[in-house]
Amino acid sequence: MAQPAPLSTVRVVTLTIDDRDFSAREDETIIEVCRENNIPIPSLCHLDGLSIWGGCRLCMVELEGQTRLFAACSTRVTEGMRIQTQSERLRSYRHTILELLFAERHHVCAVCVSNGHCELQWLAQKCGVDHVRVPYRQAAYPVDSSHEMFRIDHNRCILCTRCVRVCDEIEGAHTWDIMGRGTDCRVISDLAQPWGDSTNCTSCGKCVQVCPTGALVKQGTSVGEMVKDQHFLPILARRRHAQ
Amino acid sequence: MNTKKITVATAWLDGCSGCHMSFLDMDQRLVELAQWIDIVYSPLVDTKELPKTVDVGILEGSISSEDDLKKAREFRQHCKLLISLGDCAVTGNVPALRNQFKLADVFNRAYHENVTLQPQIPTCDVPTLRVPVKPIHGEVAVDVFIPGCPPPADAIWYVLSELIAGRMPNSSAVTRFGA
Repeated sequence: MAQPAPLSTVRVVTLTIDDRDFSAREDETIIEVCRENNIPIPSLCHLDGLSIWGGCRLCMVELEGQTRLFAACSTRVTEGMRIQTQSERLRSYRHTILELLFAERHHVCAVCVSNGHCELQWLAQKCGVDHVRVPYRQAAYPVDSSHEMFRIDHNRCILCTRCVRVCDEIEGAHTWDIMGRGTDCRVISDLAQPWGDSTNCTSCGKCVQVCPTGALVKQGTSVGEMVKDQHFLPILARRRHAQ
Repeated sequence: MNTKKITVATAWLDGCSGCHMSFLDMDQRLVELAQWIDIVYSPLVDTKELPKTVDVGILEGSISSEDDLKKAREFRQHCKLLISLGDCAVTGNVPALRNQFKLADVFNRAYHENVTLQPQIPTCDVPTLRVPVKPIHGEVAVDVFIPGCPPPADAIWYVLSELIAGRMPNSSAVTRFGA
């Protein structure tokens, strides 16, 4: 159950998004205001209830008077801010980012347990990515099936770090972290040991549920069977903050 | 009225023929389609040679062998508009999974490890395999992409109807990778 918000002195600011007027609390980020008002902003690393990461860059928006782009998930609203969430430049960047994600590792949707329930696949369709213009990297990444309940397929990982954050911030176990740079970068359990050998993993499965793709999945699922449920997250996040 | 039908050629390269099956799944709409298009070359018809000029070429499957590459180039040369049909053609999909392994290991797996009777690597009448497996547009320019494994019959119908009407279709409105 949601905790009643404490009376605060947070100010309300007015701003425009895509030329429409809105008011919002000054401690809110652009993406939060957009989501509250049903303005679609693509994102793969942002998730309500987890800390801000700003890694996927899909939520970039234009601010009037600024030449550079801003990540909607990590930029707080200010008084008089004028935000554009859709433009030819943004569409082109988002399109390219998605293509690069598909080219970087093996996202073979047709043989993925998350087929039909994948945020990357859904966003690609939404953003009109019907092919990838750059060559696929064709690099092989490991699959760790050592955990008795879950599996991680690094070929399908987009390094959004949702698993790392939910394990640390909500479950409090911090089994996951990130290792390596560039194309060698990958999420690791414990000190890059097999997941099944982890002594601090509680097998809660929160990482599996928040993973946007088919990288973290339940064992024993077949193509298209891995349906994720993230309802627990905002509830648990609110309770954590209330403590 | 049917003096100037749109000519269509199709072929499957390294695919499972599923996209062609999905094409046939348009069912009774094929009758309507036949008023507008003529299939002049395809595994579905008996013609043995690709005509000099074709309005629309449809390719299923990835480019995995020298023969696939030759066909893709022929299609590009003879077709005014080239369509990549299905995930193998668009992304490499399942055939491209072998890119993670050495070709010798793939051969060994297919023709020795899993074979009990006369294991041997075929050498006669089979095209040389290429490394890596590529989507069609990795080798020749493609004009329209229809992702899906296979793309639903409705998606193929939509794309062809739009093209017949003289419009450029937006495939993402009707299909996606892995659909």
